[in-house]
Order: sequence, then structure tokens, then C-alpha cells
Amino acid sequence: MTDTLTPVLSRNWGDDRAWTREAYEAQGGYDALRKAVTLTPDEIVTLVKDSGLRGRGGAGFPTGMKWGFIPQDPETEAGRKPKYLVVNADESEPGTCKDIPLMMASPHTLVEGVIIAAMAIRAEKAFIYVRGEVLHVVRRLRAAAREAAEAGYLGTDVLGSGRTVDLVIHAGAGAYICGEETALLDSLEGRRGQPRLRPPFPAVEGLYASPTVINNVESIASVPSIVSGGIEWFGSMGTEKSKGYTLYSLSGHVARPGQYEAPLGITLRELLELGGGMREGSRLKFWTPGGSSTPLLTAEHLDVPLDYEGVGAAGSMLGTKALQVFDQTTSVVRCVLRWTEFYKHESCGKCTPCREGTWWLVQVLQRIDAGQGREGDIELLLDLCDNILGRSFCALGDGATSPITSAIQYFRDEFEAGMLAPSRELYPPEASMLQRPEVAR
Amino acid sequence: MSEQVSGAATLPAETVAELQELMGRYPQARSALLPMLHLVQSVQGSVTTEGIETCAALLGLSAAEVSGVATFYTMYKRRPMGDHHVGVCTNTLCAVMGGDAIFERLKDHLEVGNDETTADGKVTLEHIECNAACDFAPVLTVNWEFFDQQTPESAVELVDRLRSGDTVTATRGATITSWREAERVLAGFEDGRVDEGPAAAGPSLAGLEIAAERGWKAPDVDQADSKDNEVPTESAEAGAAEADTARAESETVAEESDADVKGGGSDD
Repeated sequence: MTDTLTPVLSRNWGDDRAWTREAYEAQGGYDALRKAVTLTPDEIVTLVKDSGLRGRGGAGFPTGMKWGFIPQDPETEAGRKPKYLVVNADESEPGTCKDIPLMMASPHTLVEGVIIAAMAIRAEKAFIYVRGEVLHVVRRLRAAAREAAEAGYLGTDVLGSGRTVDLVIHAGAGAYICGEETALLDSLEGRRGQPRLRPPFPAVEGLYASPTVINNVESIASVPSIVSGGIEWFGSMGTEKSKGYTLYSLSGHVARPGQYEAPLGITLRELLELGGGMREGSRLKFWTPGGSSTPLLTAEHLDVPLDYEGVGAAGSMLGTKALQVFDQTTSVVRCVLRWTEFYKHESCGKCTPCREGTWWLVQVLQRIDAGQGREGDIELLLDLCDNILGRSFCALGDGATSPITSAIQYFRDEFEAGMLAPSRELYPPEASMLQRPEVAR
Repeated sequence: MSEQVSGAATLPAETVAELQELMGRYPQARSALLPMLHLVQSVQGSVTTEGIETCAALLGLSAAEVSGVATFYTMYKRRPMGDHHVGVCTNTLCAVMGGDAIFERLKDHLEVGNDETTADGKVTLEHIECNAACDFAPVLTVNWEFFDQQTPESAVELVDRLRSGDTVTATRGATITSWREAERVLAGFEDGRVDEGPAAAGPSLAGLEIAAERGWKAPDVDQADSKDNEVPTESAEAGAAEADTARAESETVAEESDADVKGGGSDD
């Protein structure tokens, strides 16, 4: 039986100057790399496969299996091409706030994972594509990459192993869609960030049409602990199909928002109880399990195990484990409108269902929010969603429908009330605010 | 890589040299275009026509191709910016927690609309999308540095201090310099401020602090059966399925329960 909270990635975040190589190494940092250079690439891939690590960026795809898709046979054209590792650090899914604090506090955890993962897939060039709107994180990543190179962890002869791993820290420029892996690749090639048609999949034709692995920050940052701790240790946390630990991000109307690192399978009820429950006077109304693209859940779902299977069985998705919690003062119509405005703004425009559909969704939701909804608007929203879901080029369009269909499912009466009264009268926004008297320092 | 910069290029020689340095960091030079445009902004205060033409000439692209990229990304500005960029998160969670009220107050106080610059040229105000700090909501950014847990009042004081030239430090970050200096770091050049600010603060440490109070930790590595120290065995080979983003399920199975969590607990 493991403890309720199991800090691994966040273990050193409170340390003095945790972002420096010196502090990281004092906590055993880069020991996993020293072990990894004694393993063959295939042994590292197998280790990560056998650990059961699944992608922490939303889709939950087994990380080691993704690595195993990279063609390595030198007899084939694809196998002879250079391989690339790309870390998706474009953390932008509304509610998601785990990778940014990780990279700010302990960038070397990610860099160590990058080096091990690059060696595993035989990539000599790796990229961290970090969103541009987080200046201090970019600083910390650049310094960590520089320090790692100075120590011989990066470069043409990693720890004397004869292997080459170079790392480029690449700042994006403001586009949610670049969190979609093929849009990210186009962006990294210096183009507009628009998703690509698949196949070919990135494992075969990714960056520069070469075999490419794209992994989330948290997935890659978990690799050193697996190399050091082993698969038994990793699997001693979590559930049968959702192994290991992960970062849960609690935000909104809770007494103690923040990052909670726990074995997969903890429930929202347990997480809330750790931090003193909801904020004073608040009752849980609705929440997202993994960002705004995952269907809303309600107080009925407090005991759903927050693992890939449990949340899926409840009709949503684990996603990024971004638990945005809203209380009884909050208008679900207002929230859904705002999320939909976001998807409309961020739609890259490549495919018609998403580009046009999100525009029309906003039109309908705006009038419901303003208390001027028309008869049939709810059915119109559902019909629009039906024409977007599964018909869009990428998951952005699908995600845009999630808050709407789930909100109508659980709170249809609130949408009906939007035929008669504006949301701001039914739910005065002031009641939902965080009021803190102290000023920024 | 092209050495000659033709056309209307008027960027300083040292900037052209730095643009070429960025190009050299990538297997294919065009990958440097986003960093290059960040650098153009830092030098010129916006993505100028000269900047676009210089990038195009260096990369062997047309100006239209570079312009097409520059207009896709919201961080690239085609109009001159203020000394400081102030971003107010008005995505759903921050909006609900007070971001909408903060943005309205700042528009009034600064007498500008969205994406506009104050008459004194000090501040450009913009509402921004989720900036990955939801546990610190509502959040502001100044030159893409975090200012956490803001109120309309604290936001007004913050912009006043920026306009009067006071030294301002991010909640989790460094001393505020300027938008243009921030853009230079984003382009790929360090500014020596990496050691300013904390590793983590406040909500980032919530779980860690609770774990410490209760003596909780991850299992010790030594206690686990460490047969993985041996050479791993080959696992079952992957199927033909490809790694891809899962599609959201639209069918929801509600679990019947009256469970609820009441508020009122303290957080200490």
C-alpha cells in the first residue's frame, strides 16, 4: 500500500536553487543517465514499455510503444533517416498547469529524460518546443541545457558513451493548436501550425519527414525515475492499467489549489479532502477531469478513480489531469461560452467543421448567455456538435464539443433558463471571484 | 545558407548575424523562423516589413510566406508595442476567479481597448488565453512573466508602477525589464536572469507540503524488487495501432450518487 501522495517529479521543487545542475545532482540527478548509458537503446525502450508508462499529455498512449514504432532497420529507407525527439512543452489546454511549474523548478529532470529518451530511439537531435508565453521557464530550460552540455551530458560523446545528443530549446509564439503533435511539427519547421493528415504518422515521417517521437513533458520527465527505480517500483504505484504516479492540478473554488503528485487512481474527493475541501461556502457544481476538452463531470463523480480507465468509464477522459473545480455560484453557460470562444479563436482554420462550426457555436451560446436564447437553440447546439465531433481534422474540433454536450447533459435547465434571463443575472459573476486583499509583490 | 540579404533589408548587421546564428542551430534553417521573428520584434519593436523581408531573404522564402507565418501566431505584433506587454488571462477559470473584472478595470484605468497601447507608450494591454498557471488564478503576465493571484486593485497598482518606471518583480520570475528584452530571450539568447525568483511557490508546493506534514513519500527504490537491474526482457510487441490523440467520447455514463464535498475547511 503506497502513501496517498507520492512526490517524485515534484520532490525537489522546494529545494534551494532547485533549477541548477548542482542542486539537481545533489539529489541524485543524472544518476539515471549514468545507468542508461550502460544499456542498449533497445533495452531502454523495453524498460519503458514494460513499466507501463502512458502519455501524460492527454491521450494516454503507452510511451515505450510509441518509441518502438520508430523504424530502426538500416536496410529500409526510413530506418536510415535521422531520428528526432520532440518534447511537447506547449502546455496550453485550459486548466492544465503541471509542466510549467515542473520546468521552472526542475528543468534538469526534463533534460535528463530527454537525453535518455533520445538515446533509446537513436536520435542525435532533440527539441523542447515550449510555448513562448512563459519567459522564466524558457530561461530555466536554456540554462539547464547549457549546464548539461558543460557537464558532458549533452553533446557528441554523452558521458563518454560515444553517443551524440544535442538539444535545442525552441520557444513558440502563441498558438494553442501547436500542442497538437503534427501542428507542432509544422510549427517547428517554421510554418503555420496546422495539423497534418495521417498517415504518414510522425513515427515514420515526422520532423523533416524523418522518424520522430513526440512526447509530453511529464512523460519524458518520468523516464529517469523509471530507469533508476525500475519497473517494479514504478508499478507499485497506480493501478493495473494506469501505472505509476502523476501530477494532478487542482484549481478553482477549492480551499487549496495546487499541484498534487499521487499514484494514478486517486479520486477528486480524496484530493479535495487533503487540501481542506472546497473554499468556504462553496459546494461543488462541476469540474473538468483533464482540461476543457474533457467532458465535464459533477458531484456525482467525486469517487471516480482518476486513471485512464476510471475517467473513461465515467464518460470523460483523464486528459491532462487538470481538475478545474467550479462551485454553485458559477454559470455553466458562461463557462461553456468562454471555452467555446477560446476554441473558435484557436481553430487553425484548416478544416471546415471546426472553423465554421466553432463560429456558429459561439453565436448560439452568446445569445443564450445574454438571456436571448431561442426555442430550438439547445438542439441546434447539439446538432452543430454532432457535425464537428469526429469530422474534424484533429482533436481540437472534438474537444470543442466536449464542454457543450456534457454541460447540456447535466445542466440542460440552465441552458433553458438562457431563453429568459442572462447568465449574469442568474449567477452574478462577483460571487465567483477570488477576493484577496493583498497586492502583488 | 544564403549570405546575401537583398531587397529592402535594413536591419543592423549584428542583427543579421544573430539571425544567421539562430538558423545554424537547426538541421534545416527554416526551423529558426519563429525564433527569428522573436528577434526581429526585440530589435524593432514589432514584426516590421523590413524584418519580414530580411528573414525571407536569409531563408530563401518569399515575403508572403514569412508574413503568412507571422500572422498566424498571436505573440507576433505588427503594430509598435508599448514598453511593457500586460496580459490578463480571461480564459474560463481565470475569468470566473476575477480575470474578467481585472481586464475591465485595466481597460478603464489605462483608457485602452484590447491589444492597444497607452498614450504614453508604456503599456500594451491584451487579454490572453490560458497561461498554465490555473492554480494561481486569476493570473496576469507582464512581458510573459507571472503575476499570480491578482485582484483588480493589485492589477491597477501593478500597471501604475510599470508606467512610473518603478522596479517590478514577477511573483514567480525575474525583475521586469521590457517586452523587447523578453523577446530577445524567447528568440534564443540568455539574459543572465535565470537565477532570479524562486524554484516554486505557493500552490506549486501544496501537495509536497501536505506530504511532508504527513510523512508521505514515494516508495523507496531499495524496497522494491529490483530485478529490472538485469537486462530487461522483450515485452509484447506493439500492435499496428498508432499513437494518436484519442477522440473524446460523447457518451457519458453518470454514476448515481449523492456525494458532495462541503466547503468550509481551513487549508493549514
